[in-house]
Amino acid sequence: MNDAPAGMEAAGSAELVNAVGLHARPSVKLTKLAKRFECRVEIALDPSGPWMDAKSPVKVMRVKAPLGAVVHVRAAGPGAPAAAAALLQLIRDGFGEEPHSAAGGGHG
Amino acid sequence: MAERRLFGRAAARGLARGVVTALATTDTVPDRIPGSPEAERDALVLAVAQAGAELEALQSGSSGAASEMLGFQIALLSDEELTSPALAAIECGRPAPLAWTEAMAAEIAGYAEAEDDYFAARTADLEDIRDRVLALLTPGTGQVAVPGGAVVAAADLPLSRFLAIDWREGGAIVLTGGSPASHVAMLARARGVPMVVGVGGSAAALAGCEVLVDAEAGEVVLEPGEASRAAFAARIGAQAAVVGAHAAFRTRPAATADGVAVSVSLNIADVAELERLDPAICDGIGLVRTELLFHGTGALSDEAAQYGAYRRIAEWADGRPVVIRTLDAGGDKPIPGVTITGESNPFLGVRGIRLSLHHPKLFLVQLRALARAAVHGDVRVMLPMVTVPDELAWARQMLNAALDELAEAGIPARRPRLGMMIEVPAAAIAIEEFDADFFSIGSNDLTQYVTAAARDIGAVAELADPGNPAVLRLIASIARHGREAGVDVSLCGDAAADPAMTDRLLRAGLRSLSVAPSAIGPVKQAIAAVDLHGCAA
Repeated sequence: MNDAPAGMEAAGSAELVNAVGLHARPSVKLTKLAKRFECRVEIALDPSGPWMDAKSPVKVMRVKAPLGAVVHVRAAGPGAPAAAAALLQLIRDGFGEEPHSAAGGGHG
Repeated sequence: MAERRLFGRAAARGLARGVVTALATTDTVPDRIPGSPEAERDALVLAVAQAGAELEALQSGSSGAASEMLGFQIALLSDEELTSPALAAIECGRPAPLAWTEAMAAEIAGYAEAEDDYFAARTADLEDIRDRVLALLTPGTGQVAVPGGAVVAAADLPLSRFLAIDWREGGAIVLTGGSPASHVAMLARARGVPMVVGVGGSAAALAGCEVLVDAEAGEVVLEPGEASRAAFAARIGAQAAVVGAHAAFRTRPAATADGVAVSVSLNIADVAELERLDPAICDGIGLVRTELLFHGTGALSDEAAQYGAYRRIAEWADGRPVVIRTLDAGGDKPIPGVTITGESNPFLGVRGIRLSLHHPKLFLVQLRALARAAVHGDVRVMLPMVTVPDELAWARQMLNAALDELAEAGIPARRPRLGMMIEVPAAAIAIEEFDADFFSIGSNDLTQYVTAAARDIGAVAELADPGNPAVLRLIASIARHGREAGVDVSLCGDAAADPAMTDRLLRAGLRSLSVAPSAIGPVKQAIAAVDLHGCAA
């Protein structure tokens, strides 16, 4: 995350680690978290955009971000660094869901 | 009518028979002369608000996954982004029902074209939202009632419709479309409602038909003849008897016919597997595979995340022993960035404890997390692929170092018992050279190393037989050493879960087996059929 002036702008990126990516439940968690901040918060799969409003579950679902995708987060306005940090942490934590488990069962 | 068969994909396993209730899906929208844009707009806003209130009422009566899935629909419905295209069309003179349906069609198409099955399956949620709002906009388009035990046929089944049906009397779901990845399929699996998807054709044409739903094979038999009916009834009866017998054994302590107690533990690879399990079905966890924690980005390979996962398992076990195996990568379990690629024979290469020797930092982090979790239960540490006593000694030094570090930092920790897997013949043959706190036989690898036959090479797979006398003699000698030295010996390979092997394993002297959760009932039943009278062990 860059060191923007407090309350102005902040950005960063994190990889989706939960099994099915930014799907139904994670997108609800993400938008609920984003709505707790006054500032504008947006996400994108590419730093050059298109950027989507992170407070809209409809728009977040349109991103269709799968497991392993890198999600870019940017925030602007009051509390922007805290908002970006909180969203990135949620993504890194896999939204509290189980991590990807497609690996083979392994021998006993 | 003659018997016919439809073929699809099984989305939730099970067998059921019944009469079809067909549910219509919204494909025609009543086109009416629009009122004023203001009136149409108000009608849509009201219907959306009512639909949201209905979903919230449904959610308050549900829990767990169903509640979360309804929460997703509520979140979408309360997002202005969803209604704004319809409101724009209303401004241009469209009637509300048509404007809404067209706007939703565009949104649904966006999901339907997703390459990811999971996102594509969310179309069902959007259709569910669409139909709920539409029903409120166009009163009189009532829903068909579903009698208890009915086989529900539809193009796709909306989540809220699934939840509104009473499945207590049985029943099944047959979809002409649908997906095994849908929310409804997940719930059907959780509730045990047999479900077949993708049978094609028209759901309406099935209305009133008697059907046999074989959601094991993904097949639906329409208007079955006497022979099919009898065969199906026999299968349902056999399944019920097997399930009933296994269920009866599941929560009982395992013992042979002549009363010899046998410890039966669980093998797991993921904390999530424990969610719906009662700890009373097992005597502990005999094998926690930790490889999955290291996959993906390594997000879970940090100490805090590992500690959290191990602690949850220890707390679930509620005082029962929990044997956690340190990272067993390599061989057939590569981990990018950790295992060595391009080995000419990975099964004879750097795997198990040999890999940990190459990555001491990774190993130390895991030992720290395990020592911390040991505060919360009887956590035991098991080393894979130990070949010589020096490897065990090195691991003990690492464990000492981890405990010293934690003590210095003032972090609560406890010394876990340190045991090893027996899967390399060198360790199995010279078992008395190893002063481990416990032994667990990894029969899969031991068998393939003893028989020199890989299980995953079809042409020689038959040779990789754990019932081979050489393998059984090794198992017997390990069990004997365990008894004489007072060290616990268990077996956690696939042979432990095979009822055909149970008798031979117990006769070889084993009194502790560790198996997958689904095998607990069958194995306990197989143990009860064994009579060890006259058996020296």
